Amino acid sequence: MKSGMMIPALLDLVISMSVQAAPKESFLRPDKVPAPSSNQMTPERVELGKALFFDPRLSGSNWISCTTCHNPALGWSDGLPTAIGHGMKILGRATPTILNTAYQRKQMWDGRFRTLEEQALGPIAADVEMNQNLDNVVAELKEITGYHAMFEKAYPGEGISKDTIAKAIASFERTVVSSDAAFDRWIKGDEKAMSDYAKKGFALFEGKANCTACHQGFNFIDDGFHNLGLKGNQDAGRHAQVPVAVMMGAFKTPTLRDVALTAPYMHNGMYKTLDEVVAHYNRGGDVKENLDPNLKPLNLTEQEQKDIVEFLKALTGEPMMVTVPHLPQ
Amino acid sequence: MRVMKAKVTVILCAMTLAAGAAAAAEYTVGQHNKTFEKDGAKLEKLTINVGDTIHFKNMDPWFHNVFSLSDIKTFDLGSYPQGQFKSVVFDKAGSAEVECAIHPQMFLELEVK
Repeated sequence: MKSGMMIPALLDLVISMSVQAAPKESFLRPDKVPAPSSNQMTPERVELGKALFFDPRLSGSNWISCTTCHNPALGWSDGLPTAIGHGMKILGRATPTILNTAYQRKQMWDGRFRTLEEQALGPIAADVEMNQNLDNVVAELKEITGYHAMFEKAYPGEGISKDTIAKAIASFERTVVSSDAAFDRWIKGDEKAMSDYAKKGFALFEGKANCTACHQGFNFIDDGFHNLGLKGNQDAGRHAQVPVAVMMGAFKTPTLRDVALTAPYMHNGMYKTLDEVVAHYNRGGDVKENLDPNLKPLNLTEQEQKDIVEFLKALTGEPMMVTVPHLPQ
Repeated sequence: MRVMKAKVTVILCAMTLAAGAAAAAEYTVGQHNKTFEKDGAKLEKLTINVGDTIHFKNMDPWFHNVFSLSDIKTFDLGSYPQGQFKSVVFDKAGSAEVECAIHPQMFLELEVK
């Protein structure tokens, strides 16, 4: 009996030894929100970008704005399994939150854009999303008197162009960052900030559950792409950008910041709750074909899975307060 | 006489091949903290000679997948864990970009002379 009880404990030890716990400092917020030298943030640029982000006149129908899908009241996503685009068409992928995208090296689920400036125009021009001709949007904005002064203040002498529209939206998106959560207060030394369950969950997150193979650092990402073995996934994902076998069905690691606010989960929104997500990883994924090799059955107990969910909830801070802008006429 | 010449030619060819083989170098390039590194330092550019071999060694506790889709060398080493390495012989001159498919921030520019 005794030796039988020892085996799982030893297995746990072996698994935990194979994963190195990251120093607590690695989870601290960076001093600055990164921005390119060609588009440093100013209040005028952020204000302009916010107006553009909320303005449905950027879409072909004049009915869809960036906030239609990236709704600040829904964790900067839409609460839907997959997005709804132009003409009420249901799209194939979930709307990713724009929270903390400033800290990402790749944008979109398949990473097809490198910077926020590159990304900003993508959904506007996509026929299934905002369905707008980019030359037309420039012409339409030039007809709105109020925008002239805003662009001039934000980008003196550069005018209203695709480039300045993209830069302004990117500047606003760089202000959409997570606030300090219970986890951050605990990392900084407040032992009472997180429950004991959440602390156990964090130890599992770094150890037996191997979550830090992909979710690392302040933003809990690896800027990487992984096939998670989701049932029924027919989406090539990153493979369309990088035609290497391991990228078939792989998608970008999303942030876990404010994760309690951004259900449903996964690139296709197939899980409604964090409990379902953790259970998926505990099974080691469902489809083994081209499965990311970091995924293995974890043998977590029910309580351990609950502890990890408690930790994930401790990554959610107070939502950012947003005032709705009065759009220029 | 002709036989002699042929023998000399064969010997010279063999000597040339032997000299070439001896000149080929081997490099170990690690994948560490999601960067390429050599001798403990981050590596973004490396110049090698035709025929040289690079051993790509994973030093991270998670998987990497080193690949290149360059004109001079197309390869996909697949995913492999910490401690393992896979080797590539660069047999054509030119430039090549080596990346990790899983972590696209990992990028190594190779010049093969």
